[in-house]
Amino acid sequence: MAKFKKKAKAKQDIPTSALPDIIFMLLFFFMVTTVLRENTINVLQNIPKATELRKLQRKSLVSYLYVGKPRNTAKFGDEPKIQANDVFIEVRDIGQWIEKERSKLDEVERDQLTVALKSDKDVKMGLISDIQMELRKANARKLMYSTPQRIDK
Amino acid sequence: MARSKRGTTEINSSSMADIAFLLLIFFLVTTTIANDKGLTLALPPHPDDVEQQDIKIPERNIFKILINSSDRLMVENQEMQDVSRLREMIKEFVLNNGVDPNLSDSPEKAIVSIKTNRGTSYERFIEVYNEVQGAYYDIYAERAGVTNEKWREIASNTSDPDNKRIYEKAREGIPMQISIAEPNKVSN
Repeated sequence: MAKFKKKAKAKQDIPTSALPDIIFMLLFFFMVTTVLRENTINVLQNIPKATELRKLQRKSLVSYLYVGKPRNTAKFGDEPKIQANDVFIEVRDIGQWIEKERSKLDEVERDQLTVALKSDKDVKMGLISDIQMELRKANARKLMYSTPQRIDK
Repeated sequence: MARSKRGTTEINSSSMADIAFLLLIFFLVTTTIANDKGLTLALPPHPDDVEQQDIKIPERNIFKILINSSDRLMVENQEMQDVSRLREMIKEFVLNNGVDPNLSDSPEKAIVSIKTNRGTSYERFIEVYNEVQGAYYDIYAERAGVTNEKWREIASNTSDPDNKRIYEKAREGIPMQISIAEPNKVSN
C-alpha cells in the first residue's frame, strides 16, 4: 500500500529562541507594577477578612496606620501599638501625623486624605476608638478598615 | 597593552533567559500587590466641633447592636451569636416603612447603631460591621438592579457620570445611617 506513506517524523523540540523575550516581558510587567515596600511593618498583621469591600480610587490620598502587637515583644512589650510610616506613635501623636501626611498632598486635595487602618484581629476596640477619636479631632474623617477579601460564603 | 585577538563578535546570549529569570524571581518575591480595599467609613465630626443637641429618636427607628467585651452580641435586646441572620434583620428593619410597629418608620429615619465595649475584639467588630454595610449594599444593589458586587464597584467610582446617576438614584431616600457609638469606659 504505497498510498499510505508513513508521515515524516515531526520535529520534536520546541523552539526556545523566544523564551528570553517572554521572560523579559514578564519581568517588565512586574517591574512596572511593583511598589517596593517602603517600610517594614513592626506589628503583627493578622487582619480579619470581610466581604463587602470597596476599592479606593486614588492611592496617593491614602495614609496607612498599622495597629497590632509588636513583633519584637522583648523590646516593645506585648501591648498593641500603632505604627505610622516606620515608627511607633502614641494615640496623642496621631493629630500631628495627620498634619504631616496632609502637607504631602496638594493643597486642593488635603481634605480628601483617607486613613486606612490595618489592624490585627486581636486588637481591642478601646484602642481603635481612641484612634478614631483622634482622627475626628484632627478632622481626618475618611477612614477605611483595610481588610482582605473573604472568599467563602 | 596587547590587543585581544579579533574573534567572533557574537555575544553568547543563551544565558540571557537565566538572567531574566533571576530578575523576574527577584521582583516576584519583593512585590507586594498593594491592596487598597476595605470597609469604608465616614467618621462624624469631633464632639467639641458641633453643637450638642439632644435629639429624641424614637426607639423603633434605632436598630441596636451591642457587643460586649467577650464578643457576645445583643441585637435589639435579644442575645444572638450568629451574625448571618443580621443582614436579613437589618434589611427588614430599614425597608419596613412603618408597617411593623417595632421596626423603622421609614428608611430615611432608620439608624443602625453599633455599640462596642473597650474590650471587644476588632475581629468581631469587623464581622458585624461587614454585615451591616452588606445589608445596605444589598438594598441599594436591588434598587439599582445590579448585583451587590457590581454595586460596590459603581459606588467606588462615582466620577463616571453614568455611575453617579445610578448611585444617586439607588440611594435616594435610603441614606446609610450607621452609628458607631463610643464604647463604655468600664469593661464588664
